[in-house]
Amino acid sequence: MSPDTKPILNVHKLVKRFGGFVALDGLSFHAAPGEVLGLVGPNGSGKTTAINVISGLYAPDGGEVAFEGESIGGIASHRLVRRGINRTFQVPKPFMSLTVRENVRVALAYGHIGGTPPSLDALLDEYRLAAVADRPAADLNSAQQKMLDLVRALATRPRLLLLDELAAGLNPAELDWIAERIKQLAAGGMSIIVVEHLMGFIEHITDRVIVLNAGREIFEGKLAAAVKEPQVIEVFLGGEHAA
Amino acid sequence: MPNAVKHVLFILVPLIAVFAVLPGLYQNHLLLFNFVTFLILAQGVNIIYGFTGYLPFGYVGFFGAGAYGFAVLVMHYQSPALVAVLAAGLVGVLLGLLLTPLLRLSGAYFAIANLAASLAVLHLVANPALEGITKGPYGVSLTGTFNPSHAYYAALVVLTLTVSGVVFLKNSSFGLALQAVREDAVSASMAGVNVVRMRIAAWLASALVAGLAGGIYAWYVSVFYPDNVFSGEFSIFAIVFALFGGVATISGPIIGVLILYGVYNLIGFTTPQYFQLIYGLLIMGLVLFLPAGLVSLATRRGWHVP
Repeated sequence: MSPDTKPILNVHKLVKRFGGFVALDGLSFHAAPGEVLGLVGPNGSGKTTAINVISGLYAPDGGEVAFEGESIGGIASHRLVRRGINRTFQVPKPFMSLTVRENVRVALAYGHIGGTPPSLDALLDEYRLAAVADRPAADLNSAQQKMLDLVRALATRPRLLLLDELAAGLNPAELDWIAERIKQLAAGGMSIIVVEHLMGFIEHITDRVIVLNAGREIFEGKLAAAVKEPQVIEVFLGGEHAA
Repeated sequence: MPNAVKHVLFILVPLIAVFAVLPGLYQNHLLLFNFVTFLILAQGVNIIYGFTGYLPFGYVGFFGAGAYGFAVLVMHYQSPALVAVLAAGLVGVLLGLLLTPLLRLSGAYFAIANLAASLAVLHLVANPALEGITKGPYGVSLTGTFNPSHAYYAALVVLTLTVSGVVFLKNSSFGLALQAVREDAVSASMAGVNVVRMRIAAWLASALVAGLAGGIYAWYVSVFYPDNVFSGEFSIFAIVFALFGGVATISGPIIGVLILYGVYNLIGFTTPQYFQLIYGLLIMGLVLFLPAGLVSLATRRGWHVP
């Protein structure tokens, strides 16, 4: 990030507890406009919790989340959506009995404030859902449901998009295709935070990664450098591999 | 032609026209009035259950509260019937507002809490200590407003408004957003929908409908006891009729009332000894073979049912 670019998202010493379990323990990182940032770490390291706090599903117990310079911690999701933050879910959550088209219409009607709304048909076409546009979401396969989740998010024209394991379960051809789509979105100025376990995919699309462990960042930088860090290796593979 | 216009022309207009004409052709006006009342209540259940997924087992609470709202205004303030009907709707909405915390519950918990709430309202109204206001358990006898014919047409007006409301839900982004909330509240919020506000709106709309219906019922019968207007049968019938036809549609609850309440009266008149048997089998058959209601016979074939 060049010195004159202000971060679109600033997470500062974020804390989230569930009873006695500390899921986020002073997590700090930032994301720049147009950047694809990877959040990686072992299961339980706090990646999804971080996304849930940033997208307003959980209120933070401490620290601060600032979006475009304003503190947003504890603001309800639907308000954040209208401010320009959206996300997809690890397990896609479309409105099952509504058609694909109706799923997106809800987001177009309620999540998009000001400016020209994106075209529904163009979005469905772009994400390979045009052929199933009038089918209930329940009829879609899981890859299609993931795309519908993504299109529902994109319909609200987010400036910050959080993708929670979007690539899991996609075949190699689909992976290449979605990687290109993500890069294009970022090239258009959207900041994208990607939580993913597929390291090849992460390396291909991200500018930078944050490695999380036990709710804290333990590394920040290029993925290629991360895999050489003893601390990162220890977290992923165990102590004996770190030396 | 936009779908909403089609729905009004081909569902609402014929329905209202038939029920407007029928009193001139058929002598049993009470039965016709009951049909209209159940058409309103079934659509009220449709709004809250079909579009948001809350099963209102205590739906009659709003109906009874409306009936007593009407009665109190007429008894104590000699209010004209139409004003008292509007007040009945308002009482339904106020009770709905009071009960909004129930919306934090879901599934069976909501249904049971709602049932308990309606019983609480019944026992409040029927409390002998409130005799001065509600006449307590001794019942209400209204004089001065008795006019079944006007009450019947008022009920038709409320039915028109209610079905129009459902036509709106079926054809608007608002109705779509309600269904989105029903399907997945978290995803709905990520589509920008204010989940709490939507649930409250649907809840109050269905409370308003039942309050108005209760007020008109009080106007029509003029003499009633707390047990009559808080009878659990109103909730059960309205729910069963709506489910039998198919919720989240305009036509489903109408079909449900016309068929099931028709059969109910037919068996009641002709073979009352088999009444429970036939009715029970009919409902069991529905649950087993058509859980999504009669309209699913068509939707399974890919036909669109308004």
